[in-house]
Amino acid sequence: MDILNALVAFLNFVFIPAAAYGAQLALGALGVTLIYAILRFSNFAHGDTMAFGTAITILVTWGLQSLGVSLGPLPTALLALPVGIAATALLVLGIDRSVYRFYRAQKAAPIIFVMASVGVMFVMNGLTRLLIGVDEQRFDDGARFLIGVRDFREWTGLSEGLALRSTQALTLVVTVVTCAALFWFLNRTKSGKAMRAYSDNEDLALLSGIDPERVVRLTWIIAAALMTIAGVLYGLDKSFRPFNYFQILLPIFAAAIVGGLGNPIGAIAGGFLVAFSEVAVTYPWVKVAGYLFPGWQPGGLLQLLGTEYKFAVSFVILIVVLLFRPTGLFRGKSV
Amino acid sequence: MSTNRQAAAVSPWRAPVLFLILAVLFVLEGTVRNGMFSGSWNTSLAILNMGLISAVAALGVNMQWGYAGLFNTGVVGFLAIGGLAPVLVSLPPVEGAWAAGGPRLILSLLVGLGTLALARIVYARTRRAWTVALVLILGFIAYRWLFDPAVTAIEANDSARTGNIGGLGLPVLLSWAVGGAFAAAAAWAVGKVALGLRSDYLAIATLGIGEIIVAVLRNEDWLARGVKNVTSIPRPVPYEIDLQQNPAFVDFAARWGFGTAEASGIWVKLCYLSLFLVVLLGIILLAELALKSPWGRMMRAIRDNETAAEAMGKDVTARHLQVFVLGSAVIGIAGAMMITLDGLMAPNSYNPLRYTFLIWVMVIVGGSGNNWGAVLGAVLIWFLWIKVEVWGPGLIGLLVGPLPDGDIKAHLLDSAAHMRFIAMGLVLLLVLRFAPRGLVPER
Repeated sequence: MDILNALVAFLNFVFIPAAAYGAQLALGALGVTLIYAILRFSNFAHGDTMAFGTAITILVTWGLQSLGVSLGPLPTALLALPVGIAATALLVLGIDRSVYRFYRAQKAAPIIFVMASVGVMFVMNGLTRLLIGVDEQRFDDGARFLIGVRDFREWTGLSEGLALRSTQALTLVVTVVTCAALFWFLNRTKSGKAMRAYSDNEDLALLSGIDPERVVRLTWIIAAALMTIAGVLYGLDKSFRPFNYFQILLPIFAAAIVGGLGNPIGAIAGGFLVAFSEVAVTYPWVKVAGYLFPGWQPGGLLQLLGTEYKFAVSFVILIVVLLFRPTGLFRGKSV
Repeated sequence: MSTNRQAAAVSPWRAPVLFLILAVLFVLEGTVRNGMFSGSWNTSLAILNMGLISAVAALGVNMQWGYAGLFNTGVVGFLAIGGLAPVLVSLPPVEGAWAAGGPRLILSLLVGLGTLALARIVYARTRRAWTVALVLILGFIAYRWLFDPAVTAIEANDSARTGNIGGLGLPVLLSWAVGGAFAAAAAWAVGKVALGLRSDYLAIATLGIGEIIVAVLRNEDWLARGVKNVTSIPRPVPYEIDLQQNPAFVDFAARWGFGTAEASGIWVKLCYLSLFLVVLLGIILLAELALKSPWGRMMRAIRDNETAAEAMGKDVTARHLQVFVLGSAVIGIAGAMMITLDGLMAPNSYNPLRYTFLIWVMVIVGGSGNNWGAVLGAVLIWFLWIKVEVWGPGLIGLLVGPLPDGDIKAHLLDSAAHMRFIAMGLVLLLVLRFAPRGLVPER
């Protein structure tokens, strides 16, 4: 019984939150990795673009809510999501045209692109602040829990409860669907194959008649979709604060690099790896240990690192990968 | 960088004229009172002082970017760790803090560092991952066993007023050099790992170290009281209140036709100004001397063509590490100066947008690769950053004037403060594209 209780506590406090967070990171890292594969730079504006897409989605959600539209048990934000994606896609396409295309034509060094993306980050940050302000916003509605703590306890008779929030389940479902669609697109469609060809060997792709600007446009549209979905899921699961979206940049980069920049499967694996390490390292294990070793009275909380330092975990993972395997676990690209 | 360099020659008068325009802006701020300027020398000098500190930080960034092409996105962290120095060096010692857990704390930090060093040696000798993991785990347990009780004891010691380890009671000017050393140590650790790899890895790694340093300052109460802030850090210059009670100074102020309160403020700011100028000019002098030496030519050769420099037998990664550490040390000095000027250590104020990326805008606008350009850019951008806060609402008011009254107009008027970020981002993008060499280009 105690082992079951320990397992439930582990699922409730570590596995489920980490899985949801990992899915959000995976979507973010997929966007970073795609942009890296095609445009060959690390996009520092990623977090703030996620925030922008989410802000648009929130505004549309509020509009729909005031009209009385709802999706029943599902959050209304899902209805607003396509609008958010479309707006973000238009914006990033405009930015690519006005900012990045010039440097592409010049064949500028990757670091110049990174710097331009910092400028874009500033602008995006300002736009998001302009749209929705800097305060915390909650926009989740519909059913809050798929499994409630009390129901679970009554149902199983365990003393430890398990809660599955609907946003967590939704995150996982949406991520699976999105990834399936993305891999289908990359592996099965002509445009997806063109993108992969362009990523593998630019010159050869140009030779075989692939239009580079079309590939770039497609990449931005897909990246905008991934960014907005990741941002909205993160916002639904936690809450929306623009500064958090700047801070999530580090775990996303860590995830993308762990998996190997430019490698989509690596990005997904990296997202989950970073999320699970982060949650496992910052979770106080005293409760689980109490069930597993009933006689043992540990002195502290058995918490390896305070939650304030969760970013240090992504940083350490990043450093370890850079030290031992700079191309990432799944062999990404190198410039 | 090398790919965007414009070939056109630049008039030798360009820099002096731009500096003159800048001086006129500050004189206007000091004398003219209207919708655009405050007409107060106190405000003008306050902006200038902070501008000079930003200029020191910009010099550091310029060393890294302008002379080596390294993109450091953790400027905020190096400023923050430099700012720790005045707290640890110049504050008076806290009664009982050292006895409560000082030696144990130092020992635990040594154990932590020793573990890392030992892990490295073990890895180099054996190449076995599990031995290294064992060393790290044992070291971590020993570290926590020493560290946790020491911290609890120190933080319990008079926690309402202090609760931190306290300072050494040494002169605050000394802490500026210590701040540089702190930042250099942090930069060495990051640079050792991230340099020599793909160019954007350094950018990502420094972004991380920046956030971590700020998180440490925010949460480690024993160090600098965390978010409870440290106030009344000693000053290297006289206090206004002492000046106002000094009859000689009151006489002196009256002769120049200033009120005592105003004059004391100006006097203090002028004292700071001269200190900052000494540091700034000293760093520029050293940087210019270094750049005219064979070392400087080597750095530029590496920046412009790494492969060729490597073929000539230059150790590119080691030189990058060197210049990265030097530049970060300069940023650390700026961080210490900033805390000394404010007299307040408030970790929550370290916002990366304000402290990292604004410094970057300064360097790019001023002219990367040129020290005077970095200084010009820093003071100019800082002036604009402060003034846009004043001008922004007026400008927005003018722009939305024709709109009908309503929610949208009110919202736009409210969000004038956020316009600064859009404006700075646009400035960065425009300069990067249309004048990549900046206002005062590299010769």
